[in-house]
Amino acid sequence: MAKDTLTAAEAPPRRDGTLAHIGHVLRENPVTMLAFAMLGFFLGCALLGPVLVPYDPLATEAARALEPPSFEHWFGTDNLGRDVFSRVIVATRLDLTISVAAVALSFAFGSVLGGMAGYWGGWIDAVLNRCLDTIMAFPLFVLAMGVVAALGNTVENIIYATAIINIPFYARLVRAEVNIRRNAGFARAARLAGNGDLRVLAVHIFPNALPPMMVQVSLNLGWAILNAAGLSFIGLGVRPPTPEWGIMVAEGANFIVSGEWWLAVFPGLWLMLAVFTFNLLGDGLRDIVDPRKRT
Amino acid sequence: MLQIEDLSVAFRTRKGEVNPVRGISFEVARGEQLGIVGESGSGKSVTSYALMRILDAGGEIRTGTISYGGIDLRRAAERDMRSIRGREISMIFQNPRAALNPIRKVGHQIEDVLLQHAQATRQDARAKAIEALEAVRIADPQARYDAYPFELSGGMCQRVVIAIALACSPRLLIADEPTTGLDITTQKSVMDLIRELARAREMGSILITHDLGLAAQYCDRIVVMKDGRIVETGAPQRLFTEPEHPYTRRLVDATPVVGASIRSLLPAEARTPEPAHRVQDHPVLEAVDLVKTYPSKSGPVQAVKGISFAIRAGQSLGLVGESGCGKSTTSEMIVRLLDPSSGKILFDGQDIAAVPAARFAWHPLRREIQMVFQDATDSLNPRDTGASAIAEPLARMGGLGGRALKARVAELADLVGLPQPLLSRYPHQLSGGQKARVGIARAIALEPKLLILDEPTAALDVSIQAVVLNLLVDLRARLGMSYLFVSHDLNVVRLLCDEVIVMKGGEIIERGPTAQVMSAPAHPYTRALIEAAPQPPVKTPA
Amino acid sequence: MVSDRAKMILGRMAQALPVVAGVVVISFLLTRALPGDPAAYFAGPAASEASIAEVREALGLDKPLVQQFFLYVGDLAQGNLGTAISTGQPVAADLASRLPASLELTLVALLLSCAVAIPLGVLAATRPGTWVDHLCRVLVTAGVSMPTFFTGIVLIYVFYYLLGVAPSPLGRLDFIYLPPPTVTGFHLIDAALAGDWETWFGALKQLVLPAVTLALFTLAPIARMTRAAMLQALSSDFIRTARAAGLGRGKVLYGYALRNALLPVITTLGMVFSFTLGANVLVEKVFAWPGIGSYAVEALVVSDYAAVQGFVLAMALLFVLLNLVIDIAYALIDPRIGFS
Repeated sequence: MAKDTLTAAEAPPRRDGTLAHIGHVLRENPVTMLAFAMLGFFLGCALLGPVLVPYDPLATEAARALEPPSFEHWFGTDNLGRDVFSRVIVATRLDLTISVAAVALSFAFGSVLGGMAGYWGGWIDAVLNRCLDTIMAFPLFVLAMGVVAALGNTVENIIYATAIINIPFYARLVRAEVNIRRNAGFARAARLAGNGDLRVLAVHIFPNALPPMMVQVSLNLGWAILNAAGLSFIGLGVRPPTPEWGIMVAEGANFIVSGEWWLAVFPGLWLMLAVFTFNLLGDGLRDIVDPRKRT
Repeated sequence: MLQIEDLSVAFRTRKGEVNPVRGISFEVARGEQLGIVGESGSGKSVTSYALMRILDAGGEIRTGTISYGGIDLRRAAERDMRSIRGREISMIFQNPRAALNPIRKVGHQIEDVLLQHAQATRQDARAKAIEALEAVRIADPQARYDAYPFELSGGMCQRVVIAIALACSPRLLIADEPTTGLDITTQKSVMDLIRELARAREMGSILITHDLGLAAQYCDRIVVMKDGRIVETGAPQRLFTEPEHPYTRRLVDATPVVGASIRSLLPAEARTPEPAHRVQDHPVLEAVDLVKTYPSKSGPVQAVKGISFAIRAGQSLGLVGESGCGKSTTSEMIVRLLDPSSGKILFDGQDIAAVPAARFAWHPLRREIQMVFQDATDSLNPRDTGASAIAEPLARMGGLGGRALKARVAELADLVGLPQPLLSRYPHQLSGGQKARVGIARAIALEPKLLILDEPTAALDVSIQAVVLNLLVDLRARLGMSYLFVSHDLNVVRLLCDEVIVMKGGEIIERGPTAQVMSAPAHPYTRALIEAAPQPPVKTPA
Repeated sequence: MVSDRAKMILGRMAQALPVVAGVVVISFLLTRALPGDPAAYFAGPAASEASIAEVREALGLDKPLVQQFFLYVGDLAQGNLGTAISTGQPVAADLASRLPASLELTLVALLLSCAVAIPLGVLAATRPGTWVDHLCRVLVTAGVSMPTFFTGIVLIYVFYYLLGVAPSPLGRLDFIYLPPPTVTGFHLIDAALAGDWETWFGALKQLVLPAVTLALFTLAPIARMTRAAMLQALSSDFIRTARAAGLGRGKVLYGYALRNALLPVITTLGMVFSFTLGANVLVEKVFAWPGIGSYAVEALVVSDYAAVQGFVLAMALLFVLLNLVIDIAYALIDPRIGFS
């Protein structure tokens, strides 16, 4: 048998486990490491926050209203004497739940719709495109306002509204990624290997769309939080006195002009930090799901 | 005119420094046509970028001198370099369409260069640009002046690129793989044009190519490069008849020329006797009146216009033609990935075209018709290891699993000469030749009766091509498969196929035993194809 | 050639029609998809049983859905969006009078952010790895993480409360100035037309903080896209051809690379408009800016449904129009459109 000029038989077998690969990605990039550490912190707050905080986030104490940050009240107190620090930490669970649930919904629906449209094209594609165009014809935040106003002021409806405005991003991304691979050599080879269309799409083509989708997921988690907080800020969705970052900033805004900055600034900073964390996650998540990053 | 001494180039990358060019020296005399030949990664293109000082970010010249007509190009100020580029030394590139600004009229792009080098004024720029288009023999230059690159064919775009390069009458032209991706007849007309213009203007040229045959035909002297070093320099005749360096010899051997045999492509020590394959009388597959029509804006277009042919059991049939002739559409229909608009495909007498392509995956004959794809990289799922790629058809259709599956994958890897440890690698961790082997192992996993080979070596270096072609010959004899070999390269088809079909414009224009078609083509187009192929000097029998 | 182009532009406009139809359908569905009784919503929170019934009949809510849709479309065609409870005026008139304030803010903010983001992106792409590049990356990541309403509040705290250089964040014009005579509705243009530079300056001072807030938010996507597109353009083959032909640095960078790079940037502008119009609502609330965004927020507070729906519809139509303009601009720049 003819021998390859470039045989590399001496190469050791590569059997990196997924965990080892994740470890490798984290070590490679300190920014990713930082992002995952911050994510861990926020997840910790969401899970354990309500148990650990020093004060009841809803307990008012009129005598100690509007106190600036001190050793006792790290982030000061608000106009009703509630501890801002406790409220900020407790709010993490609600804000993360909204964004993760919304992104999961739009990821699932967008993937299915976009995958079908990208693979089969034709009328499915045409109909889907028309629908997405119509959704995208609204400024997204405005559409979310309309949806929440129409469906009613609840946390679930904020999740649905946020999911709806994010679906087009996933659907279009998946559609494009599937479409360019629909007739790629490996997809045709998979058909020759006895795979039906659905299996080729789900097992062979779709996973290749995951790396760019992970970047989208990370950006969208950030947007989703911003979106939910924005809706609360204008009085839609979550209602006071529930601790939520958007509402807290909205309530604190009234005191900014008189100099009581801590009411708005701390929840605002926390919100910013959360969005920032999600945005930084993108590259790391992408590298984890991309086998080409395995060396 | 141009002298290069001890040139080295280094690139800083994230994984440390790489040295694509390591101390090379050569010269180009006035009016001389020099060829630089090497396989991918030999540093031949980087050399030309270095002497033009247009290296990508991170690259720098480490050592050496580049002297052009007494000017030290390595130390010249960037200002001076700008007036040398395009004015004294010009360059043309591969992939001509991408080499032109997509949103600027081609006439304006020529004017930009003329104005930059003060070869025209605002008033006469248009006239001179049209003159430049005329010089490269573009039909109707007046109208083409206003065209955008996307409105022109690949060959036309390359002519425009040449017009830009020659607009200011430089004294040296560097052509970096100028015909890669062009059809063979277009390649010939572009190369003839370059040679003719160079002679008429007494211009020197450097042709950078992977194709030794092409360089031999068009150059006075050839420099052979490998891994950033020059291994041999000499006249084409001498290189082909008496190559000194073993690498040159291997390259010469691997270049398919008239008179070569499939085994003679390999280095002398690897030449085992060619195994015979037995062609039987009954057809394994018959295509009857195959038609494929695509809808388009200006009405339906027939890509394949009712062709009929048969492949006998054990036979290798070549399907030859240039891009757009319908050969890919035909092979897609045969392999049942595409439904013909009308016509029959009889496999062992059974019409498999009656089963829609979308449902053929579950057809019992699916395992009998397999395919090796053109681009090995594209044909492997980036998320699957070599082993899982080979295992897929075995698991889906062969009913294998567990240890039996693993053993069969290992057996197949041995069969195609893929070292076992590489099986657990992902495609991006494999070389081009190794990926080709994985693709072949996957295709033969179920020992199909008919294997369709869609330009399986088009993306490979010639030395790897030689190995892969020989592998295919061995497998054919061993497993008794029939081949449908789709290619644009008659020289390769000649080595592998018993019979050949030539397609043009969706129709079969000539068919017959390969030797007969090659030596006495009946159709003028076949003759043009044969003549357009580079004809290097005949090598000495080794 | 020219007629092809014109045909193509007409085609684009025709393509916008189904989208407009979709927008109308969605906004109709939003009006009728209410979990409660739409009539009760439209009548307002203080309505009695009788007045709700009256509203139901007036709105045709007792008729079948398809018929309701045509009534709705008929009303729209006459510019009738219903009456706002809070102001007692027709919603269409309210929106029309407040639209210029929103547009002025949005456009100034976009101009500002393009003026900063595009040069920043180009600089970052031409000097990869330098401080400009790092600055660009930090701004881009920080920019997308900033909630606009929070940025606005921080700017107010710093420039109004701490430094005292900004005027109080209450509307388009301090009460010591008289609004200029309305021509375009844009204070800056109207004041300049009237030659009233004192008012012009007063209006500008009010505009700076909200415009900067919005601009900071839109800076990130534009700068990021410019940088990416410019890097891509600079690494393409035709740039190598241009360099090998000896073209000057300016010609290569701006004549060849930037022009190609602007195409994807123009496409992104559509998305940026979407963000800006959304963020507008929040910024208007923070700065008490009397535009249609704050109108919608006020209407939400009192559950003034007709006003909110009118606002959503108006925003969507405005956005469709902006996208149409972007598409046509793109088609005029890129010769390949309409042929492939």
